[in-house]
This record gives sequence, C-alpha cells and structure tokens, in this order.
Amino acid sequence: MAGTARYWTRLIEPLVRQNPVTLQILGICSALAVTTTLDTALTMSASLIVVIVASAGIVSLIRRHIPSSIRLIVQIIIVASLVIVIDQFLQAYFFDISQRLSVYVSLITTNCLVLGRTESFARNNPPLVSMTDAFGNGLGYALVLTIIGAVREMFGTGRLLGYQLLPTVDQGGWFEPLNLMLLAPSAFFLLGGLVWIVRSIWREQAEPSEFDAPKVEETTP
Amino acid sequence: MIDLNPISGWKRLLALPNESRTKTIVVAFLLSAACAVLVTTATVYLRPIQIQNRAAEEQLRLDKLLASIPGMSEIVAEAGGSALSSVVVDLTKGSVAEGQTSQTVQAALDDPSNWTQLAPEQDTADIGARPDIAQIFILRDQDRIALLLLPIIGSGYNGPIRAMLALRGDMNTIAGLTITDQAETPGLGARIEEAEWQALFAGKQIADDKGTLRFSVARGPANTEYEVDGITGATRTSNAITRMVRFWVGPDGYGPLIDAVRRGEF
Repeated sequence: MAGTARYWTRLIEPLVRQNPVTLQILGICSALAVTTTLDTALTMSASLIVVIVASAGIVSLIRRHIPSSIRLIVQIIIVASLVIVIDQFLQAYFFDISQRLSVYVSLITTNCLVLGRTESFARNNPPLVSMTDAFGNGLGYALVLTIIGAVREMFGTGRLLGYQLLPTVDQGGWFEPLNLMLLAPSAFFLLGGLVWIVRSIWREQAEPSEFDAPKVEETTP
Repeated sequence: MIDLNPISGWKRLLALPNESRTKTIVVAFLLSAACAVLVTTATVYLRPIQIQNRAAEEQLRLDKLLASIPGMSEIVAEAGGSALSSVVVDLTKGSVAEGQTSQTVQAALDDPSNWTQLAPEQDTADIGARPDIAQIFILRDQDRIALLLLPIIGSGYNGPIRAMLALRGDMNTIAGLTITDQAETPGLGARIEEAEWQALFAGKQIADDKGTLRFSVARGPANTEYEVDGITGATRTSNAITRMVRFWVGPDGYGPLIDAVRRGEF
C-alpha cells in the first residue's frame, strides 16, 4: 500500500504544490511561445509528456551504467533523439499544428524541465517511479500551458479550440478581442499572475526575500 | 587466451566501474548508435507522408494565391478547373531550369552566381540584379497553357513592390495582377493593394501588333486597352508599376520564356 502511495505522491505533487512551471519557473520559454491558441498548447504539452516520460524511462533503465563524466551528454542525446522522433511524427500526422509550433517542438531538447527530471530524479530511481514522476511533471507543465493557452485564445480571439464562444464585434456580437493577448507580453503577464495566485494560496511556495535594502541614516545638516 | 564469447564480454563490460575509460567510450558509442538507428528509422519511415503534406500545403497556397487575383476563378473554371502546377524556369534560356525544384529554388537564390547584375540602361525596374531562375505557376487547359503566373518585383516609392502577374495563354493579355508585398505611402501608393484597382488589369494588352510595349498605368483615367487608371497622388508608385511590368515582360525579364511559350515549347 505504501508503494502505491509513493507513486501517487510523485504523480500529484508536481501538479500544483511542486509545479515545475509556477514553483521552479522551468520551461517557461515554450510556455510563453506556444500558448497563443489552446490546440498548440495541448499539442506541445502532449509532445513534452511523451518526451519526458520516455527519456525518464530510458535514463532510469541505464542509470547504473552511465559514466558520470558524460552523464549530461548521455541524457541530452536521449532527449534530443526522442524530440526528433516526435517532431518527425508531428510533421507527418499533424502537419498543420507542427507548422504553427515551428521550432518549439525541437526546443523541447533544451527544455530545463526534461533535463531537470532526468538529472535529478530518473538517474537515481527505478524506471516505474521515474516515469510516474516524469508524467506528473509533464502534467503540471501541461496544466499551466492549458490555462494560459485557454485564456489567451479566449480573450484574444473569442474562440476556444476554434469554437466561437464570445461573439466578436466583427460578427455583430459584443466582444472586442484583446489583441494584446495574442502577443508575447501577455503570456508574461498571465504567467506572472498565475504564479502570484498560486503563491498567495500556497504561501510556503513564496521565496524568502534574498536581502533587505540597507537602511540609510538620514543626515542632518 | 582471449575470451571472444560476446555474452561474457557484455557482462564484463557491465561489471567495469562506470568511471573506467573503456566503459565511458563504449557506453557513448552504443548510445549514439542506438539513437542514430531510432532517429533514422523514424525519419525514413515518415518521410513519404511528410512529402505528401508539403505538396498539399503548397497546392493550398497556390489556390489561395489564385483566389487573391481578381477575376481568376472564371479563368480556372474555363480551363476545366485544373490545378496550378509550379515550375522553376531559367530566365535566360526561357526553359525549365534543370535540377531545380520548388524546394531547392530558395537555396539556389541565396547563391550570388544565380543572379545577373543589370546595367543601368537595362534596369528599368530599378532592382540592381535579377535572379536567373524563378518559380512560376502554370495553369493548363488540356495541353495548352491557359494562364501563366509570374512573380515580379520592382522598386516603388518607399521600397520594393512584389507582385504576381497573370498572363493569358496568348501571352499578351493580362489576366490579373496582385500585389503580394509593398511599403508604399498609406492612403496613396498603398492603394495598389486595393482589389478594385487590381481588377482593372484584367483584359489589358501588353504590346501592340508590332510588338512595341504599350502597357502603362495612365496619369488619370485610362484611355486605351493598354492602360490602367492611375492612382491620384501616387504618380511615382504608378510609374513604378508600369516600369516593373514592362521590365519583366521584356527581354531581361520573362521575355525568353514568353517567346518559348508562344512557340509552343512549353
């Protein structure tokens, strides 16, 4: 029973309490770039989950035989190969979305989230628990991307996954699309806002301030 | 005696300390080999589907381009609704460029040896150099050419103007023109982007019976079948359009190609 609980914790923890994006601020480059619409955000999340789970599994399988002098290279080669395979797969079967994701699928290779999990967890743990942990972290990443992608698409175009939810002024409705939502800065604002909300609710996530501003004595003339 | 049994060799390798040089090199080699096989398999296996996707996308782009030129849909319907095909042509010879496809043409154009410098008296479109190869689009009606889509470029008032010129099968009647890129003054020169103005090109003649280039954008309203109404307040943009159309149908532009089409060599 204790074993199951361990897997469960590894799966649930990264969703909110240990969320890789909002707590560790990892992988935000892609979180900002691919969230203009929900479907790109979902595709990106699915690709990342596949890559992170598979690479965690492989790294964990060969963990006893990775020479530590080349361990980062070994991990990056595994991640990069998987990313190329996923990218080729998307280009073959989801051509339209892969065009819109452009280089960001390839950039999963350098996503700190993937390397972070293989380096800090999969390298020291058996395959099943490593893959559960990777899946949980992938889901945590997907959760943030989905929220930001949904908000940006909803308020930027009035649509969600292509369905018109808010009738825009152009079509005779009342909703004036917020063009800012389709631009990169809005993703920063939303992500910042999300981090703020999460850290206000789970106060232990807030980082202590690193230093206090020095006090300056008021000089009297 | 050397032990050549692969299984015991494998076991000995795994038993080596991770930090040993042999194991480091062997692990690196095996991993690279495995990853290479994985990546190669995926690429080779999926390539045919990707090529199909790219071809479908290019066709879609062409259809959109065709739809963006005013009056084009009727001509397509006349030609039996057949689809556009893309050809890379050699401008100097007026024939299909050997060994070039729509995928390679971009890379070929990055190579300066595929460009011809124009002398000032030749360079009526004011573009400095002309590419020797260009990707054009052809619409066929059975084996006859019904429409030729030619990308053209010239210097406008504020920067380059790119356009797509559509010629009818007789190579003298303009079927349409669409501006694909421009940076002219908004409200004046930029009105060349308006569909109403572009629609005026349909049916205009380029040269008269003697072969003299007569096409022009008029100053003010058009009077002849060779003229298109000028845009008020945008004389220099209008002139630029005149010069670029004349340059590109002329001997330094698509002239050799147009002659070849007239001779029925295409």
